[in-house]
Amino acid sequence: MASVLYAVFVGPFKDMASSPSFLIEVLLGGIATGLMYSLVALGFVLIFKASGVFNFAQGVMVLFAALTLVGLMEKGLPVPIALLVTMAVMILLAFAIERVVLRPLVNQEQIILFMATIGLNFFLEGFGEMLWGANVKRLDVGIPDRSVMLVGIQVNQLEMSAAGTAAVLVTVLAVFFQRTRIGRALRAVADDHEAALSIGIPLKTIWIIVWSVAGLVALVAGVMWGAKSGVQFSLSLIALKALPVLILGGFTSVPGAVVGGLIIGVGEKLGEVYWGPLVGGAIENWFAYVVALVFLLFRPQGLFGEKIIERV
Amino acid sequence: MSDPEARPGAAGARPSVGGVGAISGPPLLMVEDVSVRFGALLALSKVSLEVRRGEVLAIIGPNGAGKTTLLNVISGFYHPYEGRILFDGRERTHLAPPDVAALGIARTFQNVALFRGMSVLDNLMTGRLLKMRGHFLLDALWWGPAKRQELANRAKVERIIDFLEIQAIRKMPAGKLPYGLQKRVELGRALAAEPTLLLLDEPMAGMNVEEKEDMSRFILDVNSEFGTTIALIEHDMGVVMDISDRVAVLDYGRKIADGAPEHVRKDQAVLDAYLGATHG
Amino acid sequence: MIYREAGQFKTSYSADQAIFPIVQDRVVVVVAIVAAFVVPTVVADEYWLQAVLIPFLIYSLAALGLNLLTGYAGQLSLGTGGFMAVGGYAAFKLTTAFPQLNIIVVFLLAGLIAAGVGLLFGIPSLRIKGFYLAVATLAAQFFLIWLFNKVPWFTNYASSGTITAPPRSVFGVIITGPNATAEARYVTVLALVAVFALIAKNLVRGRVGRAWMAIRDRDIAAEIIGVRPMRTKLLAFGISSFYCGLAGAEYVFLYLGSAETLAFDINLSFLVLFMVIIGGLGSVLGSFLGAAFIVLVPIFLTNVPHMIGLALPVALMKQIELMVFGGLIIFFLIVEPHGLARLWQITKEKLRLWPFPH
Repeated sequence: MASVLYAVFVGPFKDMASSPSFLIEVLLGGIATGLMYSLVALGFVLIFKASGVFNFAQGVMVLFAALTLVGLMEKGLPVPIALLVTMAVMILLAFAIERVVLRPLVNQEQIILFMATIGLNFFLEGFGEMLWGANVKRLDVGIPDRSVMLVGIQVNQLEMSAAGTAAVLVTVLAVFFQRTRIGRALRAVADDHEAALSIGIPLKTIWIIVWSVAGLVALVAGVMWGAKSGVQFSLSLIALKALPVLILGGFTSVPGAVVGGLIIGVGEKLGEVYWGPLVGGAIENWFAYVVALVFLLFRPQGLFGEKIIERV
Repeated sequence: MSDPEARPGAAGARPSVGGVGAISGPPLLMVEDVSVRFGALLALSKVSLEVRRGEVLAIIGPNGAGKTTLLNVISGFYHPYEGRILFDGRERTHLAPPDVAALGIARTFQNVALFRGMSVLDNLMTGRLLKMRGHFLLDALWWGPAKRQELANRAKVERIIDFLEIQAIRKMPAGKLPYGLQKRVELGRALAAEPTLLLLDEPMAGMNVEEKEDMSRFILDVNSEFGTTIALIEHDMGVVMDISDRVAVLDYGRKIADGAPEHVRKDQAVLDAYLGATHG
Repeated sequence: MIYREAGQFKTSYSADQAIFPIVQDRVVVVVAIVAAFVVPTVVADEYWLQAVLIPFLIYSLAALGLNLLTGYAGQLSLGTGGFMAVGGYAAFKLTTAFPQLNIIVVFLLAGLIAAGVGLLFGIPSLRIKGFYLAVATLAAQFFLIWLFNKVPWFTNYASSGTITAPPRSVFGVIITGPNATAEARYVTVLALVAVFALIAKNLVRGRVGRAWMAIRDRDIAAEIIGVRPMRTKLLAFGISSFYCGLAGAEYVFLYLGSAETLAFDINLSFLVLFMVIIGGLGSVLGSFLGAAFIVLVPIFLTNVPHMIGLALPVALMKQIELMVFGGLIIFFLIVEPHGLARLWQITKEKLRLWPFPH
């Protein structure tokens, strides 16, 4: 018994202390992964904030964006052109989704819309694979996936650039929401569709804007993840990981998505490296969910979300 | 307690014999110095009132006065941060809504809270829930005591359906009914619980004259035939004058008047509240 | 003209509340049930039994379980696969540890174990709703699959990581294992599904079903009536998990023969959810219709191109299948959120008048 307690509560910390540079590397890796989770979670937050819809298809949008980009590059388009075309495709997708899925379901409850996005998820999966094929593709964005020594610590160039880009994007979006006129309109829409309509906010346009932005965020996330681990189906499963991030951070909070992502990313990595050997590894599969579950029990609205008060 | 005069054409002319007005004795419900706060907003401030057995009490007041909040605190949705609520002489301040229902208190809501996916009959049958005991295994087999209980309760609910004259729509999904009928079905669901105290939140809202007459008739019949004590929130002064034994007036979370309808009608504080005189 | 109720007056509440109050319905259902037992065993070939009827029935049972939880009680669950896995693995462990125990009893016990697990994961649902709850069920799904993968005790330390159904018999007839005939397995599945479908129907038309629907439709008003949300939701989780566990045990023992965790992954959860949505949330019949639909669509998609002379590669078939499923979900949610069951009801109402227009 004592040895179990030791192994769980003491051993891993000793391991951490014994090699601080390794610990920092693990932390950095966790932060990088965490920021990439945040990026995907951000897509969710945007759409949820503005249309009250939990877009289950966000993950597959990441995949779809990445697939389109790679597909175009394989056809010979230079990278910048391919990026622009893919951006246009994602905006087109936003139009299509608004017309086919959102508008007919505008008055339905959240659960119905959520299930519609599940359907969308499967549709896009099949569609993307049909267009571009199902095998793993390499995505080369010109940044080498190599580690360099920085102040005595090994740092992966690709991961760091991804983290940097994510940080920039998140800041831009946060400012956009808080400061600009459109950002305010988006928040109004998220709060109450009908009230927003009555003030004259064009719901349709807002939705298209938001889903386009989410699509672009998905594209960036797709590029990041794709460059790191190849463009393949499992990319869409990352979306499922974003759910615990949202639970931690609150579904409607941009800073929450960041903080939540970091916590999950770092926590996962630490857990896997230091506690993983105790249980045979693959903790990453469920660690995030269990943390989310614990949060749900004690603070369902997340760290930054709004407490839901029900009026009778 | 004397009858208000029955005016010609008035919605519910109170019968002059038997079982009308308050029965003497301790009040059924006592609200003592109850205050309710939502964050910094004081919704109710030291409100005290009593509901006497067998009476019809109307609660009136301008919008935002806290009338629905008062019902909600009695129902157990909100808990007061000071004050007590006593039902039948016993302290009941911090009960949860299902426990309040178990005491024999039923209510309707301002925005009809029917179960839209269920038929009218099923909605009323849910009202019988507390009267039905759990026979899980037998339920699964639709056998013996479970079946008999279901049918016995069906019979009781049918009596309410007859009383409210909604036989024709009993199998319709509640969500598809016109507003006036929905309100009637909601009353039926509350009645199905055979409550001692019935709380009605604006039962006549949005109704036309005939519907209001019908509803007033039902409410009075419930009071006289079943002896149910009724507290209702209402805006229509004509209805209030006709059917209530006593009236309590709320304004800005405080009770400002309380008494027989004729007196309250002439009370200066009440007139000020409705006509918008400045508050000190 | 044929489908008319004129002249059929109910003189008792008992008759009015029967499952099939219209005589024509009752006759059809009785005939259908008898036919279901007799016809396939005599007429159908191995392919139809193995590839269509047996999976259809098993999926119906799982869909029924999910429908009770999501369609009636309004609690969205994405963990169906995980709970089916619990049933499958529990049945495996029970029967290998107690080989003399009747296999049907083993199935029922596996269901109860799944119910217990369901209750455990249902406890977080007490405070959360909507898709927050869905996340909790996702956690259950991933965690359970990881558990069965990682802990070799569950597979009795098999090196292949799969569980295989050992041969078992009931009333002298072998129904599991490699020597069990498709007919024997079919009859077993049919009997179990018929019994539990009846139980489900009884539950939903009575007190329990009403409490669930009250929670689903307006849980605040439900409390006013005296419904205790915690208990009601937990009951829904428990019963639903029982059904899924039982289906999972049948899945391994009477259909697949042997399985590994991949058979119970998140895709199965989605598949069953689709069955419930397409078939109709909140409808016992809908669970069956949805399952039939989902089982038949891939068969349709693989066979039709052949029949019209088109040869399509397998991968493309899979992709078209995904697109069709996804598209149909959206279609049904827009057009008829109550699914095939509602369409069926509308058809019956039109039949009442046929051949008159109105």
